[in-house]
Amino acid sequence: MQVTLKIQRYNPEKDKAPWWGEYKIEAEPTDRLLDALNYVKWHLDGTLTYRRSCAHGICGSDAMQINGANRLACKVLLRNLGQVITVEPLRGYKVIKDLLVDMDAFLARYRSMKPFLITHSPQPEKERLQSPEDRERFDDTTKCILCGCCTSGCPSFWANGEYVGPAAIVNAHRFLFDSRDEGTVERIELLNTVDGVWRCRTIFNCVEACPREINVTRAIGEVKKAILMQKV
Amino acid sequence: MFKVRYRDYLTYRGGPGHWSWILHRVTGIGVFLFLLIHIVDISLIGWGPNIFNKLLFLYRYPAFRFGEVALVGAVVYHAINGIRICIIDFWPETMAAHRKMSYAVGIAFLVVFIPTAIYMLSFIL
Repeated sequence: MQVTLKIQRYNPEKDKAPWWGEYKIEAEPTDRLLDALNYVKWHLDGTLTYRRSCAHGICGSDAMQINGANRLACKVLLRNLGQVITVEPLRGYKVIKDLLVDMDAFLARYRSMKPFLITHSPQPEKERLQSPEDRERFDDTTKCILCGCCTSGCPSFWANGEYVGPAAIVNAHRFLFDSRDEGTVERIELLNTVDGVWRCRTIFNCVEACPREINVTRAIGEVKKAILMQKV
Repeated sequence: MFKVRYRDYLTYRGGPGHWSWILHRVTGIGVFLFLLIHIVDISLIGWGPNIFNKLLFLYRYPAFRFGEVALVGAVVYHAINGIRICIIDFWPETMAAHRKMSYAVGIAFLVVFIPTAIYMLSFIL
């Protein structure tokens, strides 16, 4: 099949404003969008810039806006995208070049949620045990790969860049509901702010965008309820 | 820093929740603007019955009558969608069916609004 890729291009050293580059290529319907981008970069225009690493939906590097919605380029097939495919960088982040965005602020917010096990009680002799039921409680939020699709697709984040964002809350949820974790009070303090969970307007764009199918809004809702009821 | 443009809210291809949110905002602003006008027209009674009756006469014009139908639509949508938001806020587990809930709001809105609109329009047309 022949597809036309309309890719938003922008080189801050040369361009005053972003512009659209159009590339017609021959591809298999079962090719992924990432294969098409690789073809453009390797055969048509070597200056095209984007981030990718594992290319198998695990590392989350190649998140971008594909036909108007946030997706991983390595997880969507061309046959599901139509003849003309628009590709833009994730919105809400500063564009470094073409499809490459600056994720520093995003990752800083993730780190601000203390995404590690906090314990105050004495260390047990062996490991800290957990029942399968307690492990199940936060199973959904363990799947996050920090691709940024959810935060970048959130209108609350577009309107206010100070919002900590869905991805950071998902990773806070992962430890907040972990029966072994003892950092509940300090995490709740971080989340119970105007730029914390309360900026979420339950729009569900994060759920639609998540390539790992995490119910992000539900996780945020559970944190909100835990704060409201003062019970994790 | 990224600058938000109003068209970004419309061009992003979100799910039914995205459109529910936009409609909730638009209908909310619509109802709020009506309330502002309503406060002004009701307060005119303080200047005597003549001015008050003259202003109420304005509401008989077709543009205002159609506006009333739109107002009822805005109130009905905002109310039903508000119930959905309350449910998902207090029972996050219901978010597993978030798409179905948004569609249910749309159906409930049409069931309530269509007969009401037909009834109201029968007095205008």
